[in-house]
Amino acid sequence: MRRWINVLALSGWAVGALAQPPNAARQQELSHLLQQDCGSCHGLTLRGGLGPALLPANLAGKPASFLVQTILDGRPGTAMPPWRPLISETDAAWLVERLLSGGQAQ
Amino acid sequence: MNGSALHGERAAPDAALLAELKTVLIMLALLGGLLASMVAQAGSQVLRGTGDLAIVIERADGKVQILDTTRNQSIGEVAGLGDLSHASAVFSRDGRYAFVFGRDGGLSKIDLLTATLVARTVQAGNSIGGAISQDGRLVAVSNYTPGGVKVFDADTLAPVADIPAEYAPGQLSKVIGLVDAPGQRFVFSLWDAGQIWVADMREPNTPKIDRFSDIGVNPYDALITPDGRYYIAGLFGEDGMALLDLWHPQDGVRRILAEYGKGDAKLPVYKMPHLEGWAVAGTLAFVPAVGHHEVLVIDMLTWKQVDRIAVQGQPVFVMARPDGRQVWVNFAVPDNGQVQVIDVPSRQIVQTLEPGPGVLHMEFEPRGEEVWVSVRDADQVQVYDTATFERRAVLPASKPSGIFMTARAHRIGL
Repeated sequence: MRRWINVLALSGWAVGALAQPPNAARQQELSHLLQQDCGSCHGLTLRGGLGPALLPANLAGKPASFLVQTILDGRPGTAMPPWRPLISETDAAWLVERLLSGGQAQ
Repeated sequence: MNGSALHGERAAPDAALLAELKTVLIMLALLGGLLASMVAQAGSQVLRGTGDLAIVIERADGKVQILDTTRNQSIGEVAGLGDLSHASAVFSRDGRYAFVFGRDGGLSKIDLLTATLVARTVQAGNSIGGAISQDGRLVAVSNYTPGGVKVFDADTLAPVADIPAEYAPGQLSKVIGLVDAPGQRFVFSLWDAGQIWVADMREPNTPKIDRFSDIGVNPYDALITPDGRYYIAGLFGEDGMALLDLWHPQDGVRRILAEYGKGDAKLPVYKMPHLEGWAVAGTLAFVPAVGHHEVLVIDMLTWKQVDRIAVQGQPVFVMARPDGRQVWVNFAVPDNGQVQVIDVPSRQIVQTLEPGPGVLHMEFEPRGEEVWVSVRDADQVQVYDTATFERRAVLPASKPSGIFMTARAHRIGL
């Protein structure tokens, strides 16, 4: 939890507005999305595919704010699409925490 | 062995007698074994062909189910295939064996008749697909890490050739769109380099490579027309597609559909479209647009776009029923719970099906009367009648993805 708050603080978004993490049902949806849909390009086990690997070691040194923004707005000039139409900033911050903590890795 | 075990438990008064007893016991054991194997063979000797079999990838469990498409039932499964996210398969020319390509670089050879894994090699760190050669003797795998193509003996999976996709000193490209082509060739594209390579495998250990550069930015998938003549790569990084005429490779790669998409705002692409299964109906081809919720209609005589059909979402697979009368389309998230059917003569959507969340793949039976649909999040494979759109069967499957029928064994590029 502390780490999650750290991520929010680092991400530079209004921490007050994001104090509540996604509820349990949404977390389950997001975890599923991360594995199955992010997994289409980054691999089901996040070891990479057309897109880069997303294991903690691969993300080391990248600011959480950068990762949150990458999820929400994509990377122009690459195949990474903006996910903002489908997920909120709170969702993205939670996903980044999952990735950085290795909670999603298998 | 039985004889000597018995021997050890008894007193040994007479060596000659014991030797004789041992011989008899060994003969009895051999005879028993022979009888047992004869009984077992008689039991399993229900002969059958493989022409109506298929496999479905159960991607989360690293296994495949073997399906009987006549009785619409599962007849076996084979596990231990590793990470099967984005897995695909090709078949031996006798239709007995499936070669399954896993994301973790695993290449597995499966016997459909005995439901056993007969050979397996982990040949790379991260791979995307594969192909079997025209003569059926070579299996090639396209790899992301290390970028390139590796070629194996289809009998034993022993390595035959290694083709690193080195496009600049020390730079290896991810390889996509690997297909077989007439002339014992493999054709593939380099995502990072914007190149198409043609490997002539007539001398299997020393492939002869023709390289075509500047074909366009980020080819993401490719296909070969059913006659094996045209290799076409879709470009993610720019508009249009790259076309190579394999009858006249000396003419080089040319750009087609370059006019498409100019000036239009593109929508996010949440899953790369697949071009395999390029839907050809007469001289028209139906292909997924990229970044537009449309199926494009291309005249294959002029290679010009002649129509666009609005559909529910970003198309992933656009597949023609084998007779070319219908085209079935599935979609990327968030529209991946639906399948739409286009009537080819009118180019109208005539049916929208809702198989359930996570429709990943569709495979027609060879003559097209039924289509098999994998529905990942429902953990089901569903079978539809393509004339009435009625659901004929629902089979349980764990996170199913690709469905591959043995009829692919006899088709160029599949």
